[in-house]
Order: sequence, then C-alpha cells, then structure tokens
Amino acid sequence: MEKTYKIEVDCASCANLCEQAAKKVDGVCDVRINFMMQKMTVVFEDGANEDKVVKAILKACTKVESDFEIYAEAL
Amino acid sequence: MNRKQKKILTRIIISLCLTIVLNIVKTYGVLRFALFLLTYLVIGYDILRKALRGIINGRVFDENFLMAIATVGAFGLAVYSGSGDYNEAVAVMLFYQTGELFQSCAVGKSRKNIASLMDIRPDSVHIEKDGSLVCAEASTIEIGTVITVKPGEKIAIDGVVEEGESSLDTKALTGEAMPVWVKAGDEALSGCINIGSALKIRTTKRFEDSTVSKILELVENASGRKSRAEKFISKFSMVYTPTVCILALCLAVFPPLFMWVFMGVAPWSVWLYRALTFLVISCPCALVISIPLSFFASIGGASREGILIKGSNYIESLSRVGSVAFDKTGTLTKGEFAVKDTVPYNTDKDRLMYFASMAEFSSTHPIAVSILKAYSKKGDISNVKIIEEHGGMGVTAVVDETPCAVGNAKLMEKLGIEIPDISPSLAAVHVAIGGEYAGYILIADEIKENAISMVSALSKLGIKKTAMLTGDNRKTAEEIAKKLGIDTVISELLPSGKVEALEKIMKSTPKNKTTVYAGDGINDAPVLARSDVGIAMGALGSDSAIEAADIVIMDDDPKKIVKAICIARKCMNIVRQNIVFSLFIKFSCLALASVGIADMRLGIFADVGVMVIAVLNSMRALKATRD
Repeated sequence: MEKTYKIEVDCASCANLCEQAAKKVDGVCDVRINFMMQKMTVVFEDGANEDKVVKAILKACTKVESDFEIYAEAL
Repeated sequence: MNRKQKKILTRIIISLCLTIVLNIVKTYGVLRFALFLLTYLVIGYDILRKALRGIINGRVFDENFLMAIATVGAFGLAVYSGSGDYNEAVAVMLFYQTGELFQSCAVGKSRKNIASLMDIRPDSVHIEKDGSLVCAEASTIEIGTVITVKPGEKIAIDGVVEEGESSLDTKALTGEAMPVWVKAGDEALSGCINIGSALKIRTTKRFEDSTVSKILELVENASGRKSRAEKFISKFSMVYTPTVCILALCLAVFPPLFMWVFMGVAPWSVWLYRALTFLVISCPCALVISIPLSFFASIGGASREGILIKGSNYIESLSRVGSVAFDKTGTLTKGEFAVKDTVPYNTDKDRLMYFASMAEFSSTHPIAVSILKAYSKKGDISNVKIIEEHGGMGVTAVVDETPCAVGNAKLMEKLGIEIPDISPSLAAVHVAIGGEYAGYILIADEIKENAISMVSALSKLGIKKTAMLTGDNRKTAEEIAKKLGIDTVISELLPSGKVEALEKIMKSTPKNKTTVYAGDGINDAPVLARSDVGIAMGALGSDSAIEAADIVIMDDDPKKIVKAICIARKCMNIVRQNIVFSLFIKFSCLALASVGIADMRLGIFADVGVMVIAVLNSMRALKATRD
C-alpha cells in the first residue's frame, strides 16, 4: 500500500534526515520525501496499521526537526 | 507569507521596537537586565526550546544549539563584566531570526512561482442540471457525463465533443499556441482552452486519468527522481556536518589550550565565539535547497514549452549528450505520404491520376490516401467496379469499363506488365490501364519543416554525431539523411534490429557523454528504454508514448529536441554556479571566522545571504532559453 501525504518541513537537509529516520520506523517499507512539493510518499509493509505507522513516523521526524508536520492525505 | 512566517515577523518587529526603546531610555541594573531578557525571549524563545529538544534527542550540534549558546554566552559575558551591554545577544538572535525568515520566504515563493506555472488544470466543471448550468467538482464526474466548457475556459477532463464547434488552444500541453478545430465526434483533451464557442463534451476518462492530470503528476514526481548532483549533495552534507562540528570543537579548544599552556593566557570566550560563528557559517542549507530547486524550476519551465521531463537525472544525462539517434518516419518526416510527381507513359497525367484515384478510392492505405489527396477532381464512383485488393502489392479494378491496375513493381510483375527501369529511391506506384503500362506516380514522405534546421542547430551546440534508424529502404533513407545533414544512416532495420543498431551507436559515443534517441513512442518502446535518454515525440493524446519515454515532447516539432537540450544545459550551468559560489563564500568566511575577522553577523550573512542568492539564481532555470 502506498499513500502520499502533504507535509510541512522547512529545511531541506532536515527533510533528508527525516526521510532516513522515517525509513527505520516499524511497518514502513519505503519513504520518499519530496521537499520541493512538500509531499511524503509512504510505502507500507503488508498488514501494517497505517494510522499507527504515520503517527510513529511523525514522532521520529519531529525528533529530527521539531517543526515537521504531516497533514491529511494529498491523494 | 503563511501563518508561521507572519508570526515570526510580528515577533521580530516587536523585539526590534523594544530594543530601540531600551537603547534610548536609560535603565540600570536588574531592571535593565530584565527588560533586555524579555526582549531576548520574545525573539528567541523557540530557538532555546528547539536547542533543548535537540540535546534531549541526541542532536546536539545543530544551529539552534549554537545560537542558544552564543546568545546566552553573550548575556553571561555582559553580566560578568558588568557592562550592561546586552545588545549583542539580542542583536544576534534578531539577525538570525530575520535571516531564517528571509530564507523561508525565498524558498516558499520560488516553490509557489513554479507551481503556479503548472496551474493548467481547473478543479471544477459545468454540468447541466434541470436546464441550467451548475458547477461541480471535476473529481466527482463519472465517465460519460456531458460537461459544458464555455469560451475562455479550460477543459478539465478528456472527452469527445458531443455538441458544438470551436477551436482549442493547446498551449498548456504543447507549448505552442496552435489552435485545433474540433466538432462533434472529435477528441477534446483536458488542459486545452476553448477559444471559440461553447462546447458540450462527453467525458471519456476520469479527472485523475485525464491528460492534464497525468502531465501534472509527471512533473510533480519528476523532482522526486534525484539527479547525481542531488544525491551527491545529500551524501556531502551527511559527511560535512559532523566534520564541521569536530573542526569547530577543535577551534574552540585547541588554540586557547595552546595559548594557556605556552603563554599563560586563556581566551576561552574568544575562541568559543569563533567556533560558534564557524558553525553558523558552515550550514550547508544553501546548497541543499538551491540544487533541487534548480532542477524543479527547469522541469517546470520545460513543461510550459510542452516538454515533459520525467526526472532530474534525465536533465543531467541530456546535458551531456554526445550522439542523437532519430527514428525516421514520423519523427524526421511527416509520416504522411504525398505525391511528388507523376510520370505518364503513352497517356497524359490527368488520365493517369484519374484511373489511379478511382481504383484507390476505397482504400485506406496511406499511399492511396495521398493519391486521392493529390487528385482534386472527383470522379463518379459508380463507374468503378470489381475492386480487388492484392495484399502488399496494390489494387485492380474496372473503371469506366476498362480494367486497370495500381500498385508496386510486384503487382506489375504478377500481371505480366513490363515496367521501366527506375531507381527505387522513391516509392513508385505503377499504373496500368487496359492491360498497358500507363506510367507511375512517385510518392514520398515529406521531411518536417524544422528537421533540417534542427540538425544544424544540434551541430551548433556541439553535437556532431547524428544517426537515423529506419526500417525503410536504403536509397530513400540515405537521400533523406543527406538532405537533413545526418551523417550516419542505418536503414532496412527490422524492429528488433533497431535496439542493436542503437547499442552500436552507444558504444561509439565517448564514455562521459550520453546517447539520445528520439522516436514516436508507440512502436519504439524498447529503443527508447535502451538509450540513455529516450525522447518521445508527438505524444499529445498518446498514453503509451508518455509511459515509454524519459522525456516527452507533446507536439512533434523536432526543434523542441534542441530546446530540451538547451534547457538541460542551462540547468546544469546554474547548478554548477551555485555549487562553486556557495562553497567559495562558505570556505572564505570559515577561514575568516577562524582567525576572528568575521563576527556572528557576517556568519549569518554567509549562511542566509548565500542561500538567498543561490535560490534566486535557481529561479533563472524557469525561463527556457530563447532560440
């Protein structure tokens, strides 16, 4: 399952670090953060609880960049 | 400016005012300290909080931490020395926040600029309900619904014209303002502007599958496909940051240590200050933001010209092009056959064409179509009887009670009719009337008007190796190649042979240069995939072409290939400029900071100023070069 979210991240290098932090989260197969478009695409592992995973991603990313925000689905 | 930015601006203004007031109105001692502290907190509370969070989460050495230390240190120094000069701390924080705001606005504005270029898709449509027009959201429209597009409006969903006649402006899709006339039964693509009268269109696709949505998606995702330059910058900043931190630490510790041991002085605060300035300057944000922005701007600018680039990496590859290979039919030539000449034998041109067109009137073969186009007089079709198609050879028919045959040499051979010896350089359609040879019609595929100027433009850009790959016969191919100025011709290729031919060309291209193939996308998919950069032409309305290629040119103008290369080169130039400029300024400032010439204010300029300049430079990529 692949879902795209609108995100807000101010610094490009932070976006990179967030992408790496998000990849380590349980239930995440792959994450792509497009800083230019302020979008994040998450490929979930089979059977993962999407809401939980997204919350975990948010937590991991705010550790890196406290202003990181995830909004509702873009697509 | 968004909400966050407005908030910070307010805080900046408030603390600026407070600082000015506090400098005019003399205060002393604890009151003075408290008031300055208040001002400081107004402007810097979030930085302090972020710094604390950073430490807790293990990210100690980030900008917030050093800003916090620098300013707290400045406060401390002022208290310690009893000078009451708290301005330094507040000034630094003020500078920093202003700089960050500038940065954020610059990037945000550029993004908006680029995104608005792509504002080619309306979100709502008009549908008829109970006799009047109502607005509806385009994403809810089912296939088969009839939408009304008024003059001046953009079409939101692909469909077929149900009612009305008008002309459509395809500029948003192809980059050319060439109007297309449509009437009932014609396809009307989303993204086009209706410039005539109102049209009723029955949708054939859903909103998200329509052409314009697909293009938007492509462009948006293109910046996700990273180029080598972007990947390098990511890796670079990963290594760079810890390195710089360690260097800063050394700068903070070793010189004062050295001086303490050997000279007995301990200017810790001086070196600490320098180390902090050092860290502020070193932030690689300028590079990390401006490089993707350049690619993003190029992709946006290119899409306005009707050139869709599917990834930043293709921009890089395209800029290093060494050889260009072309498909012939449909790419370099119009793909439509046209009558070049008629050579009658024992009869006149008119009679020759009359019999040929009558016999071919019902055929849909491109050659038949060209004959029918060339012969303007319409004969009485009821005079044509017993039409027989001979597959791969031609047709025979009885016209005006006379048997005639129209076809190639093979047909004439079959019927036992002798044909004159003509060189097979052009497709010749032989005609026999009443069992006797009557002459031949020469059919040729016309070269596209811009094809010749394209080849010379390529050579002006330094791309001298051009090749033509075609399944057509050798003589025809060589003649066309000569006219165009293309030096390598590989003809009579079977579809499978095209890939091999391309590979040969790729082998002969120098290692650091790429090979580009331009074709029509539909039957060239494997060749497009094999080349370094595959360009599909004339992709308007063709989904498969968009899928198969790396770069899609919506119309079929060969000059766009040249434009694409120019855009790519411009982008890479800007990227290189930004890298050189940023690194040069950064390293100079770092050197200055280490010896104490640069103070915190210069440091912030080196960080923010460089970034803003780099971002502005990136925006130049939006303008596609004028040729």
